[in-house]
Amino acid sequence: MRARDFVLRLIFIAALLAVWEALVRVLDVPAYLLPTPSAIGRALVRGITSGLYEEHVGVTISETLLGFVVGTLGGLLLGTAVALSRRFDYFIYPIIVMFQAMPKVALAPLIIVWFGLGITSKVVNAGLVCFFPLMINTIVGLRSAEEDRVSLMRSLAASPLQIFWMLRVPNALPYIFAGLEIAMIFALIGAIVGEFVGAEAGLGMLIQSMNFSMDVAGQFSVLLILSVIGLVLNSLVAVVRRRALFWDPSSREGGGRTRLPAPRQQEAL
Amino acid sequence: MDGTETVLTGREAIAVRHLGKHFGGAGSVVTALSDIDFTIHEGEFVVVVGPSGCGKSTLLRILAGLLPQSEGEALLHGTPITGPRRDIGVVFQSPVLFPWRSVLGNAMLPVDVQRLGREKLRTRAFDLLKLVGLDGFEHRYPWELSGGMQQRVALVRALIHDPALLLMDEPFGALDAMTREAMNVELQRIWMERRKTILFITHSIGEAVYLADRVLVMTPRPGRILDSLTIDLPRPRGLDVMNTEGFGAYVRRIRVALNATGGLD
Repeated sequence: MRARDFVLRLIFIAALLAVWEALVRVLDVPAYLLPTPSAIGRALVRGITSGLYEEHVGVTISETLLGFVVGTLGGLLLGTAVALSRRFDYFIYPIIVMFQAMPKVALAPLIIVWFGLGITSKVVNAGLVCFFPLMINTIVGLRSAEEDRVSLMRSLAASPLQIFWMLRVPNALPYIFAGLEIAMIFALIGAIVGEFVGAEAGLGMLIQSMNFSMDVAGQFSVLLILSVIGLVLNSLVAVVRRRALFWDPSSREGGGRTRLPAPRQQEAL
Repeated sequence: MDGTETVLTGREAIAVRHLGKHFGGAGSVVTALSDIDFTIHEGEFVVVVGPSGCGKSTLLRILAGLLPQSEGEALLHGTPITGPRRDIGVVFQSPVLFPWRSVLGNAMLPVDVQRLGREKLRTRAFDLLKLVGLDGFEHRYPWELSGGMQQRVALVRALIHDPALLLMDEPFGALDAMTREAMNVELQRIWMERRKTILFITHSIGEAVYLADRVLVMTPRPGRILDSLTIDLPRPRGLDVMNTEGFGAYVRRIRVALNATGGLD
């Protein structure tokens, strides 16, 4: 049954590509508007075999991963501070929300000025973009511990620190992992936008330069690579999540990848 | 906590004196509990029965140290209860198990919180899980268990650190009628084996009479103890005790007392 579904899916995709190819050829669409799938395939093979893509892929992935680490660490720390300290919540949180209301990609030109054309500016950009979803999910997660569970811990004479580590942190993990999955994709977006604005290397820069030379097939081939990178990075987080959150309903069902965990209660099964 | 489980019937375990609790303030004060007085002796099984909203859960939360009283005092072995204490075990209405901990892990939660001897109490956890019929389930997770089994884990968790007092807040209220009866039989068996002092709260008159050495009847608005009734039925009580004349007489007497005050709607 599953094997048949898989084959059907492949056939469907192949059919779509065939229709695309046929339409472009029959309607004689110019290559600088929409290339045929076969032309995109040739561009992809050429880029890979010539070693052109290799360096740029490496740069973009490094920027994304470094930005992800920096941004999510920041989001975790600030989120924890906001969730735990009423004072922090009162003074810092409004500022962070105000900052979030501004589209971070609009900051990219400034960040290039401040941090240069190299990798640092892209890491900063990626970090900024993926910081917020993680901070919000950390706050919500840490605050979502059920009243009953807190009462139980208190009735055992648990210290606030014990309630934090033994209840609030594990309780927040489903939220944090949902945030991490979003943050990974956001970091890739941040890195690419940074490269658009100004860079010496990277897939975003490559798209820009191909755009200038009207190499549309080349651009499509890079887009293809980008979606594969996004998929792989996202699956990496998803795999870790399923391992760490074996007890969470969202992992047990096996389905839905980036679903935000709903406010849960422990009902009798 | 001295680890012994000797029966010292007759000594005072809990003494509640003129206990009162008010909620709110400035104009709209709700009196949840008023002038509550009772004593529980060591090894005694006392059940508080009353309609919902009569303040019985509030009473339990005060005894668990989760809520401060407004007036009066509650003593456990002569010392006032001013906050959560390690020599009290609580079983709540829902099992409140942590899904990231196994059955054994949940049972051991008090041990981890109170940093007690892990090795020794691990053996005790296995024994207690066996006592409630959960041997073989030690490494399962809460979501793999039925509601009744989950509540048994909660019971083991409340017993693991050998508390002097067990507080139970309608622990079987969420279970279906048949599971509930089975749990009552089991609780009686465990109590007869371990002789803990138990304060059990319920709104089921039948459950109260079945389980209790003594029933405290509570009425709402404000919550007061209306009557204290010693249940003189031989133990161990089978479920068929509920069909006896004596059982029926106790149930009727409690029902009449509650009806007289408009306690039952």
